[in-house]
Amino acid sequence: MITALKRLAAHIVAGAIVIFARALTAVRGVWKGVAPAPTRRVYFANHTSNADFILLWAAIPPQYRRHTRPVAAADYWLKNKFRSFIGRDVVRGVLIDRDPATRSKDPVTQMAEATDEGASLIIFPEGQRNMTGEDLLPFKTGLFHLATARPKLELVPVWIENLNRVMPKGEIIPVPFLCTVTFGAPLAYHADKAPFLQAAYDAVLALKPDTGEG
Amino acid sequence: MTELQILFTGLLVLLLAATMIAHVLDEVRASPSVDNLIARINAWWIMIIAMAIAFALGRTAIVLLFAFASFNAMREFVTIAATRREDHLAVAAAFFIILPLQYYMIWMDWYGMFSIFIPVYAFLLMPIVAVLKGETENFLVRIASVQWALMIAVYCVSYVPVFLSLDIPGFEGKNLLLIAFLILIVQLSDVLQYVWGKAIGRHKIAPRLSPSKTIEGFVGGVVSSTLIGAAMFWITPFTIWQAGLMALGISVMGFLGGLVMSAIKRDRGVKDWGDSIAGHGGFLDRLDSLVFAAPLFFHLTRFFWMTNL
Repeated sequence: MITALKRLAAHIVAGAIVIFARALTAVRGVWKGVAPAPTRRVYFANHTSNADFILLWAAIPPQYRRHTRPVAAADYWLKNKFRSFIGRDVVRGVLIDRDPATRSKDPVTQMAEATDEGASLIIFPEGQRNMTGEDLLPFKTGLFHLATARPKLELVPVWIENLNRVMPKGEIIPVPFLCTVTFGAPLAYHADKAPFLQAAYDAVLALKPDTGEG
Repeated sequence: MTELQILFTGLLVLLLAATMIAHVLDEVRASPSVDNLIARINAWWIMIIAMAIAFALGRTAIVLLFAFASFNAMREFVTIAATRREDHLAVAAAFFIILPLQYYMIWMDWYGMFSIFIPVYAFLLMPIVAVLKGETENFLVRIASVQWALMIAVYCVSYVPVFLSLDIPGFEGKNLLLIAFLILIVQLSDVLQYVWGKAIGRHKIAPRLSPSKTIEGFVGGVVSSTLIGAAMFWITPFTIWQAGLMALGISVMGFLGGLVMSAIKRDRGVKDWGDSIAGHGGFLDRLDSLVFAAPLFFHLTRFFWMTNL
């Protein structure tokens, strides 16, 4: 009974978050290199804001959204009851422990298992929010290890535009700006780590619109 | 039937005819430009139905409709503007304080305040809020962008509902017709310039600003919308000559507004202001002419026809 109520509440909150994101940013998915599909995918995107996955999530049609889970830091999302409700129940995040000393499970294994259960994943390979003013930080290796562990996953590069202007770091009032989420063509797997990560990096950066610079 | 009912019935017939022609064209020879035409006509249905509902509901609905249009227009404007994170508070104030206040004062009919609120108070407030952050790089460009966003997307757009506050002897209770006249002429002029340009356009009028606009389109569009304006004099407080002159002024200002707004788009490297209105682009792509025509039409009408200023 409690779980059913919790699931219903999570459902309603998820809907409300998407409606709010839409009202503020009129977010639109630009499916440039790939169409929405039930395929198991790994969406890998640039990361400038804590709300990035919400925007990416809102840009995916609702029938596929439910199976698309963001990969996020457990220490952040399990900090208190509210965050864990959002992180675990509403967006059904795959929560990974960033500290190798305390974790019981390897993050790549965790992600791979989530896809085995039928989920698509949202990951931010920069590993942290980009506050530098650079377009994109170098990628961490998780994407490569995940692709090696599950070669059948479709790797979709994504560029999220303008969200950092909606709510810059340190501000508390979100401001309306038009945002787009651009989905590129799936990335081909490459058995060598460095060229693979470089190709992944280039694929994301290539989706950045060349206009309306901030 | 009242004038408004006749007007909307006429629009309905016009749209039905356009819809039928477009679908016949689609059967005969389908092409991307016919698809675009159909998308545009479908958007016209939505815009005209929204207007009809707001007109039927009255003052509050009309104020809310244009506040909504302002919100969307200003979001499009600031999205391509050169603001930085240091301007966040100024932009937030523009959206959440200035815009609602402007429309609230229009709703409560406080002419002395809403007519100067943005050009005076908001104009001075924006740079003050931004300067407190201490970031000087590009300061003038950044803050001028926010001021322009407010002037274009809020102040000028808000002139449309302001017609409801006019007090013209012998025309009491009919101010909605002035809004209908303004919007009808502005939009017809846009459409007719496009149609004339497609039909006989040869010589580009402003190749660097707007490569699709031609001299033939401009002249044909302005002349025909002026004639239509004169023929519509019976919904206005004007004589047939006055109505024609007003329509001429509205059409020319609308054309020039389109040029200014496309210069801004080109400067910022975008083709359309947005894509929320299928086939048309963004709200500002549809409002650009209205933004320039509305204040002039309002003040001419107020100056010459309101006797108790």
